[in-house]
Amino acid sequence: MAGKIKRLLALGAVVLTTAALAWAGSDDQPKAGGAPKPVITKAAKGEQCVEPNDFMRRNHMKVLLHHRDETVLEGIRTKKYSLKECINCHASEKTGSVAASKDDFCVSCHSYAAVKIDCFDCHSTKPQGSMAMHPLNAETAHYAHKLAAQADRKISAEDMAGIAQ
Amino acid sequence: MSDMKPMPETSPNSPERRRFISAATVAAGVTLVPGVMLIEVAHGRPEDQPASSAVRWGMLVDATKCAAGCDECVSACSTENGWTPVAESKHPKQAPQWIRKLELQDPLTQMETNLPMMCQHCAEPPCVDVCPTGASFKRADGIVLVNRHTCIGCRYCMMACPYKARSLVHEPLNDTQKPDVPRGIGCVEACTFCVQKVDRGDGTTACVEACTAAGHNALVFGDMNDPESEISRRLRELPTKQVRADLNLNLGVRYHGI
Repeated sequence: MAGKIKRLLALGAVVLTTAALAWAGSDDQPKAGGAPKPVITKAAKGEQCVEPNDFMRRNHMKVLLHHRDETVLEGIRTKKYSLKECINCHASEKTGSVAASKDDFCVSCHSYAAVKIDCFDCHSTKPQGSMAMHPLNAETAHYAHKLAAQADRKISAEDMAGIAQ
Repeated sequence: MSDMKPMPETSPNSPERRRFISAATVAAGVTLVPGVMLIEVAHGRPEDQPASSAVRWGMLVDATKCAAGCDECVSACSTENGWTPVAESKHPKQAPQWIRKLELQDPLTQMETNLPMMCQHCAEPPCVDVCPTGASFKRADGIVLVNRHTCIGCRYCMMACPYKARSLVHEPLNDTQKPDVPRGIGCVEACTFCVQKVDRGDGTTACVEACTAAGHNALVFGDMNDPESEISRRLRELPTKQVRADLNLNLGVRYHGI
């Protein structure tokens, strides 16, 4: 009798486990150790980052740290490793920011890796207003061809004055 | 500037001396090898070049032209650098203030003087002397700044500054900062001579632009090391004072008419 109950219990356990597995497998979200994988959205502008993706994934913090000291202490403001330029390219098209919602570029990976960043306690998470999006802005000149294809409005005299400044 | 030195036959402002200085400058600026200048004109500094000590940025405030009740310079600074104007702040007593208008009155003659007060960009800044982390520093071109990456918000520099030029950010700013002007809670900040504009090669600051646009022309910004600059010319011609000159800090902001 006791053996029969044991066998029934074991069967029940097997059925339950299979059902649970099937239910988990039907979920669209791929799971990695339970945590949802980061959403890496392609940059809104540009084809390629300033360095290969693999290098940037491992070393972006090093180049940013080096560049930040050069900029603050010496006033060197090259664009290549500038946080501002990261933001200009990687700001989400939905929120216009790299750190406003949990799927935005910086936050998405950093919450997955559980690495807290305090860049955005001080730095703006959004690109510079109309200037950054301007088709002829010097800062986005390397995407000029791409933006020119999208642009269908005429450039006013005011815009030209803005660029000349 | 209050030092009295025995005058030789040529006084500092004599035409002979001035001619000699300008001739010497031209001679020093000659081309050694094509493309290499002894004295670089630093206004259009390329973005990959560090700020150079050949330049010393400074400002001249002509208090005789500074209008009573006008705060164009203050609002221009607030707009450019993204700090909330004190009147709009929830906590006016601790609101950051990069530049403020002062109205002074001589108790004997009732004469009123108006002037803006901000970081004086000392050549020997007390805020830099006291900073325990080295966050408060003077850039090669004379601009005194706070490195917010190393500032711990101890406010020692605020105590040391004779001009009450610095403020601490008490409240989280919630992503209201300008992309060019990072600033945040727990850090001390002050006038930067619009360093983002200077590095861009604008050669001017937001307050100076606003004052000129309002037609007062009370502010002049420029390179005090360049004898040909507008500010050097005006400093040669006008009697100017440094505030608390007794401290011997060699200020980057000079006042006329106080």
